[in-house]
Amino acid sequence: MAHQSELIEKDILAYLKSHEEKSLLRFITCGSVDDGKSTLIGRLLWDSKMVFEDQLASLEADSKKVGTQGGAIDYALLLDGLQAEREQGITIDVAYRYFSTERRKFIVADTPGHEQYTRNMVTGASTAQVAIILVDARKGLLTQTRRHSYLVSLVGIRHIVLAVNKMDLIDFDQQRFEAIRRDYEQFAATLGFGDITAIPLSALGGDNMIEPSANTPWYHGPALMNYLENVRIEGEDREKPFRMPVQWVNRPHLDFRGFCGTIASGVIRPGDELLVASSGRTSRVTRIVTMNGDLKEAVAGQSVTLTLADEVDISRGDMLSAIDAPPIHSRHPEAHLVWLHDEPLQPGQIYLVKTATAVTPGRVTAVQYAVDVNTLEQKKVSTLGLNEIGVASLELDRPISFDPYRQNRQTGSFILIDRFTNATVAAGMVITAAPLEPQGAQTQRLCTELSGAIRRVSLSEAAVSGTGVSVVDLSGEGGGIEFDVSASFLDYLGKGNRVLFRLRGLDQLEAVALIAYEHTLSFEFDRTAEGVSILIFKRGIRSGKRVSDDDGTGI
Amino acid sequence: MSLNLTHLQQLEAESIHIIREVVAEFGNPVMLYSIGKDSAVMLHLARKAFYPAPPPFPLLHVDTTWKFREMIEFRDKMAAECGLDLIVHVNEEGVRQGISPFTHGSSLYTDIMKTEGLKQALDRYKFDAAFGGARRDEEKSRAKERIFSFRSANHRWDPKIQRPELWNLYNTRIKPGESIRVFPISNWTELDVWQYIHLENIPIVPLYYAAVRPVVERDGMLIMVDDDRLELKPGETVQYKSVRFRTLGCYPLTAAVESKATTLPQIIQEMLLTRTSERQGRLIDHDSAGSMEKKKQEGYF
Repeated sequence: MAHQSELIEKDILAYLKSHEEKSLLRFITCGSVDDGKSTLIGRLLWDSKMVFEDQLASLEADSKKVGTQGGAIDYALLLDGLQAEREQGITIDVAYRYFSTERRKFIVADTPGHEQYTRNMVTGASTAQVAIILVDARKGLLTQTRRHSYLVSLVGIRHIVLAVNKMDLIDFDQQRFEAIRRDYEQFAATLGFGDITAIPLSALGGDNMIEPSANTPWYHGPALMNYLENVRIEGEDREKPFRMPVQWVNRPHLDFRGFCGTIASGVIRPGDELLVASSGRTSRVTRIVTMNGDLKEAVAGQSVTLTLADEVDISRGDMLSAIDAPPIHSRHPEAHLVWLHDEPLQPGQIYLVKTATAVTPGRVTAVQYAVDVNTLEQKKVSTLGLNEIGVASLELDRPISFDPYRQNRQTGSFILIDRFTNATVAAGMVITAAPLEPQGAQTQRLCTELSGAIRRVSLSEAAVSGTGVSVVDLSGEGGGIEFDVSASFLDYLGKGNRVLFRLRGLDQLEAVALIAYEHTLSFEFDRTAEGVSILIFKRGIRSGKRVSDDDGTGI
Repeated sequence: MSLNLTHLQQLEAESIHIIREVVAEFGNPVMLYSIGKDSAVMLHLARKAFYPAPPPFPLLHVDTTWKFREMIEFRDKMAAECGLDLIVHVNEEGVRQGISPFTHGSSLYTDIMKTEGLKQALDRYKFDAAFGGARRDEEKSRAKERIFSFRSANHRWDPKIQRPELWNLYNTRIKPGESIRVFPISNWTELDVWQYIHLENIPIVPLYYAAVRPVVERDGMLIMVDDDRLELKPGETVQYKSVRFRTLGCYPLTAAVESKATTLPQIIQEMLLTRTSERQGRLIDHDSAGSMEKKKQEGYF
């Protein structure tokens, strides 16, 4: 950095000019304090001169007071912020750190290891382009290495640094390093990463951090900083089909109607044809309006205002797309869900689903399976609890435009919001969309019998099956209903499962309410496009297994 | 494809996205305008977000009555130029009690004139979202602050009920009486802010530039004599020095630095060569360890 200070002193305008051309890289560091993660980040900040003297003074004071390094500088404190957490010696969140070099500005998401690990790591990784996976050279790959790698791959990070740290403690042994690298490449082969760069490091000693280390003459790859400055991430999103979720319609007066949004992928120029996925209507871009003048071209990542040639009905929640590659428009996405909240998923209950711009009510109709983050094994479950990950089928109240997350992180992601507490309860990543009814939800063939104007519906064992939520679909026909309720049906509800009734009209409501009344059940009512739906359940029984706060990591 | 977005273009796009999201999802947003450089950048971004329309929300300035006079002049000029409504709120109760930074100490003074004043204004106008110009790199406790920071009906910030923020999907749902503070320039650093001001030619208060100004030395800090309310203590004399401010607040609580930087590049040069962080000039941060965090829990930004 010395020559930078010289340039700053001698020619500040040249310095400013060169720094206008910098790009931005967001990365996440994965590992526990034992792996030397805080030392690694602390060093990156220190070496790029992002630690000021007054901060250092307070760091020294804090190190003596609450440090864990016996009074010596505790770099972890540079990265810790909240007082309450600091006093308890834990960190409960994601902290963002900033540093920059001549080439790039960096945003580091730091997610310390502890019981909320999965939630925080997914949060921090959701915006990251690169992940640094820390491994202690003495220990090699651990369960946590696999867990971190799976989560990183789940959220779509394609560039991986395998930082083999504490090389000084194994005498910079090349064989050991190569063995760890081979182990990792073998393990990661199924995770779909774009590239993996293994670097032998000593964060404490500075080996291969900024400069190539004399202690590893056998290593010919980049030093960590060199890698971060040069890894190619630009252009990845703009090579994909054009997508712009409409965020806001700007209408200052009758002669101007601009559609505002952040371009999620692709490139747009005046004259290009666009499709509105929800209506199938098309139009042409006339202008790309900004306060600094109209643009000839705009690319993924820019927030712009487009004007169109035709009076097309477009509002917030619509997605503008390339006409030859439209997004999926569906009510039934299947998605990875990462559960973020203490209260477990309640299958069948209405949540708010927030995608790139649209918010719509929707429910999880079935959990196909959960993934054990340590072994990557699939297991059959009926719900998801805090820090659990699974594949689930959703049913939205109205169709939404989106892409598979693997193809587009911006238009393939969503969050679930509890509509009573307003808490963000889950992160979702779309896998695909079922065009018709969700296959996961158990819609059973019903035994019905018409007697006069009244239809008798038999709710027996055959009407419900599986775990979680079963669907009794009566939306096909209107008219009066009466139910025959069997003991096995009630037993099903008694175990914490739920039953969703789809009805054609309000006149059918009473029959369902009567079941709830007679058997002391609760119900939740929703109006849907087809009619009404009622979810009945036994209050006080949580569906599925009990969930503990611990994600089993023990760190 | 030749066009690669620079870091400032990406930060700008993210901020504009956040500002538009608030306007689309909240009924009654407001922008807290503190008149400093961060507010200047935030206001500029808001204008860009809605161009050619003006930003569809008012500016709110919580005036402690101890701001530098040049700040007040600048504030009125900018609001008029941008065609925005400016709401100026003063905690009249505090004024009646004669609360001053000199006699009541910086902590109590800040609590009453700033924190209480802000809560009064938010309650009176029933704003459900308030933009603030805070950045995560300013102070350690802010490194973990959300971009959308949830506040209870009595404006308290509770670390336990903050919502995880994934991708650029912000949960904007609140119940009546609750509110959200939104920090569109969370991911900007001090250098980013200065570079952007330079690049976009954004007007800033002249106090940021060095000029000969009357100052007294107090507790090792240079305090500007902005009006006759500053009473000299025994042994203090008014000196004329070439000074400027790295951060702007209430004049009795904001230390000047000696400087000859009269242009923007010189200011940036000085900033890059200095080894102390900008908040050092703010007296309130020195009160106690974690002091900023306590203030935040009580409702201060």
